[in-house]
Amino acid sequence: MDLTLSASEQEFRDEVRAWLAQNHPGEDPPGDDEAFEHRRGWQRRLFEAGFAGIAWPTEYGGRGATMVEQAIFGEEMARAKAPSPINVLGLVMGGPVVIHHGSEEQKERWLRPILTADEIWCQGFSEPDSGSDLASLKTKAVKSNGEWLVTGQKVWTTYAHRAKWCMLVARTDPDAPKHQGLTYFIMDMEQDAVQVRPLTQITREPEFNELFMEEARVPDENVVGGVGNGWPVAITTLMNERAGLGAASAVGVRIALDELRELARERGVADDPVVRQKIGQLTIEVELLRLNSWRGLTQLTKRGMPGPEGSLPKWQWSEINQALTELAIDILGEDGAAWDSPWAYRFLRARANSIEGGTTEILKNIVAERVLGLPKLR
Amino acid sequence: MNFDFTDDQQAIKRTAKEFLADRFPLERVRELAESGDYADEAWREMCELGWPGIFIEEGHGGQGLGVIELVILMEELGYALAPVPFLSNAAAGLALQFAGTPEQRERWLPGIASGEARGTVGLLGNGEARLVPDADSADVIVVFTGAGGFVVERPGADVEPIETMDPTRRFARVRSEGGDPLAGDGGDAPYRIATALAAELTGVGQRAMEMAVDYARERKQFGRPIGSYQAVSHRCAQMLLEVEGARSASYYAGWCADAEPETLPLAASMAKAYASDAGWRVTASSLQVHGGIGFTWEHDLHFFLKRAKVDGLLYGSAGELRDYVAAVSGLEVAQPAPA
Repeated sequence: MDLTLSASEQEFRDEVRAWLAQNHPGEDPPGDDEAFEHRRGWQRRLFEAGFAGIAWPTEYGGRGATMVEQAIFGEEMARAKAPSPINVLGLVMGGPVVIHHGSEEQKERWLRPILTADEIWCQGFSEPDSGSDLASLKTKAVKSNGEWLVTGQKVWTTYAHRAKWCMLVARTDPDAPKHQGLTYFIMDMEQDAVQVRPLTQITREPEFNELFMEEARVPDENVVGGVGNGWPVAITTLMNERAGLGAASAVGVRIALDELRELARERGVADDPVVRQKIGQLTIEVELLRLNSWRGLTQLTKRGMPGPEGSLPKWQWSEINQALTELAIDILGEDGAAWDSPWAYRFLRARANSIEGGTTEILKNIVAERVLGLPKLR
Repeated sequence: MNFDFTDDQQAIKRTAKEFLADRFPLERVRELAESGDYADEAWREMCELGWPGIFIEEGHGGQGLGVIELVILMEELGYALAPVPFLSNAAAGLALQFAGTPEQRERWLPGIASGEARGTVGLLGNGEARLVPDADSADVIVVFTGAGGFVVERPGADVEPIETMDPTRRFARVRSEGGDPLAGDGGDAPYRIATALAAELTGVGQRAMEMAVDYARERKQFGRPIGSYQAVSHRCAQMLLEVEGARSASYYAGWCADAEPETLPLAASMAKAYASDAGWRVTASSLQVHGGIGFTWEHDLHFFLKRAKVDGLLYGSAGELRDYVAAVSGLEVAQPAPA
């Protein structure tokens, strides 16, 4: 057991830290289009410096970094309060799926524009009737004259209106058992048969979209991992989404916790025993999130693939972020009700944390069935 | 960055697990708990294996390993719920090795390392330490006062055995007017002791969780295993979250004790605070999964539940430690004016 960074890890951290200090892009400018282009420019700078897709193999434009280095990079980004690169879904989910399951032609075609943010990716998994029970999805793809025609509806599609490509899971065999009749496609978003409608959330922002497809066309060469293999390919995507995010998310909540302590002092409640117990507990849980993430990373490094224990940090993080923002609003008291309080948005946005990327209930199912070996409900 | 034990540490863990599983089947733990005895023969074997001196300097008869190796043993001792005077003696060893004067170390550590002259530790408040494990049978008692401490030889202390909820461990109240002062203010020795206790709680929680999961797989109601109901399975998932958290925290504190002692007070306080809550919640939740049978004396679960609760109260409660965590992580509190 050695919980210090090795010399090379330390060197990498210092390099990232120094680069971020020099290259931090600052706040997003006002206006959606301006903010989008600002973030796209930020990703290009990351790419040029070798910091986009850092765990991707070098032959596909990545850095070939270790999982530990990837986690260090995430920690440093969070510590510098640097914004995410714009193409985060392509970097975290789409790219790794193409790397694991794609053909050489697919890798050649898709990977580099993900890194450069020339082509933005979005994700078409959830449907109005298929959230946690993803495998029940109804969007269908029918083969016709060597291409696929996709009809159905998707929801919670971040960046749909900006995206060139959609990672789409559709039913290609309605007669097969539900997990076996699915196929993973990369769908071109730039066609009239795909319609995007913004979905306003409780924060008053339209962060997500609904996606409507009416015989949208997908060429056969855009199937990833083979027809009927959509479920295992999609699971890789979700596992990758959850793995490695723990360390960076721990830094994010640690920064928020510093702000909470500052708030407690400003508001004169730093010596209130109840507030102290709650902040003490949050301090412990934030530290445990960091430690559990690093322990999980040690396992991941040994096995090469993320495992079900990757479900713990996301679950922990969502509970911490919700408790932390709730306490901030309670400390603010009547001032906490105002929209323009700095905590109101974070407080409301945190409600999604235990839903997005797998609900806490689904994560508990995964832990119960796959880690503890309890019998399945179904 | 590597959060894994070395091969040697893995071997210690394996040996401890096998030894304890063999010497302490639950029937044996129950027999000892009901008679109020300790497993003297198994204790002698542990002494032969060098366990009591695992972290004690070789010059004083120990193995010269670290707190992390002690953490490994404590977790397995908690898992087995072994009724032996290991914790109390290890606490005294930590106190003397890290806060004792050279003369005190010379005098007491060899007996603690060999198990022939055992020690224990108490926290003094108003002239009395109210929860001291194995004080009745110890040769030496180290008493911490919050601003230092002193060493008391058994004949010089007023020891009153008490019965606690936990029948697998013996406790006493100790009154003492003073003794041979420790070097300085006690240093970080209390945090090393808290780390050992957090590891024991991790093992207790792990065992209670395994009992719940095994029972939830077997027990059928409404025609199916109760573990297939989410009201039960999600409880078990919560147990895993808390046990793994306690494990990460106690391993980290153990590593800090050996490699980065400046971070030990915070790391150990976090570990003991979290493990105290987790130990209680996991064992209580396991009892709920067991239903009525879990409330009976004849089921073994209650021994784990009681050990977890008493461990949580021993050497610093979760509430006290959480307040300390809040304070050292930047929520300093205005000192009240002296009365």
